[in-house]
Amino acid sequence: MGERDNAKRVGPARDVQRSEVVEALRVAKDTLRRQWVEAMASKGFLADMTEEETETESHVIYNTVLECIETRDYGGVERYAQGVAERSTLRSMTPDQFLGGLLTLRDLYGRHLFTQYRDDDRQLRQALDAYEPVANRILSIVVTAYLGEREQVLSRQQDAIRELSTPVLQLRDGLLILPIIGVLDSARASQLTSGLLRAIRTHRTRVAVLDITGVPTVDSKVANHLLQTTAAAGLMGATVIVTGISPEIAKALVAIGVDLSKIRAVGDLQGGIAEADRLLGYVVQDRREQDPRPAPSDTEKT
Amino acid sequence: MSAPILSLDGFLVVTIQKNPTDSEIISLHETLLRRVSEVRTDGVLIDLTALEVMDSFCTRMLRAVARTIGLRGAPVVIAGIQPEVAFAMVQLGLTLQGIPTALDLEEGIDLLRRRRRRERGS
Repeated sequence: MGERDNAKRVGPARDVQRSEVVEALRVAKDTLRRQWVEAMASKGFLADMTEEETETESHVIYNTVLECIETRDYGGVERYAQGVAERSTLRSMTPDQFLGGLLTLRDLYGRHLFTQYRDDDRQLRQALDAYEPVANRILSIVVTAYLGEREQVLSRQQDAIRELSTPVLQLRDGLLILPIIGVLDSARASQLTSGLLRAIRTHRTRVAVLDITGVPTVDSKVANHLLQTTAAAGLMGATVIVTGISPEIAKALVAIGVDLSKIRAVGDLQGGIAEADRLLGYVVQDRREQDPRPAPSDTEKT
Repeated sequence: MSAPILSLDGFLVVTIQKNPTDSEIISLHETLLRRVSEVRTDGVLIDLTALEVMDSFCTRMLRAVARTIGLRGAPVVIAGIQPEVAFAMVQLGLTLQGIPTALDLEEGIDLLRRRRRRERGS
């Protein structure tokens, strides 16, 4: 026993219980909560919140964390984290804001406990032991929830883009058009191929026009995918015409030495459709010369 | 059991049964060659609608069938390759090397008829 200890206390050192820490923080609630609001406001994290919202937020965050320290049940925190994550993506709350909120609170709790137990190292350590692991765990739960929510939003958006970007349109009996927009990666390319093959079967397609005007770059991989798509469609008796290869892309493909001799390429979509018509035996006739019809505006007058 | 060979409008139609063994494919090749030399035919259609898996051996045999029957002067058309099979074949790098293909039996016969018309016309 050191002299210091003897001077300050009589009898053996008292153990600090978790309930005591909780009680201390509960008593200090209003003080700490006000400090939290001040700290948050000074950092500019509350800029777009009303006073009422701030008040509610401070209550919620305080009670959630306290309940967690008391019960060691993280259900409440998980619900809170989920709420924060959803709000952060909906109202574009920044990670700075909600992490700042939690970190500030963590600081305040820590300081409060420090002040309370500063006379005794052992008690301070016990108090911090009761509170710190919980605080850390809470942070990790919130961050995980936030990241999970972000992931979900991203994958939803990716799905949407994927759905939107590979429509399969039937133009005439036996003729499909596939306007491809956006970057063609391996996953999309195989999806495109299987989608096209299914469409060939259901629409009884003989010719498919693949328009790649909207594909920004074509490298050897993408070219290979196009070759595979063409070959697979060929196995089902359909011809694939690729249109919309821009001069830059054509140049790049030749430069990297991709063999596209197996691909039937036509300059633009119009030419591709004309070629498809020829293959299918359709004849498109321009009747304006032989059979002059009154324009719609003339018919209205008569 | 060997696949039945049907006669339709001057063409021979063979329907490959679900997942044939290698020996079945070989015996089919033999039977088909014999039939083509026995009866006059304007073309052969091999229908793969029921086929679920296509391997390199099967592909090679189909190419061999097409080439040997081609030597007898009859065109061969392959029909009914399923989307999944076509996709898998391309992934594995299997090709039919110029054997004409058609969506199904109907389109295949149509293709053979058009070819016959063209040949007789010229």
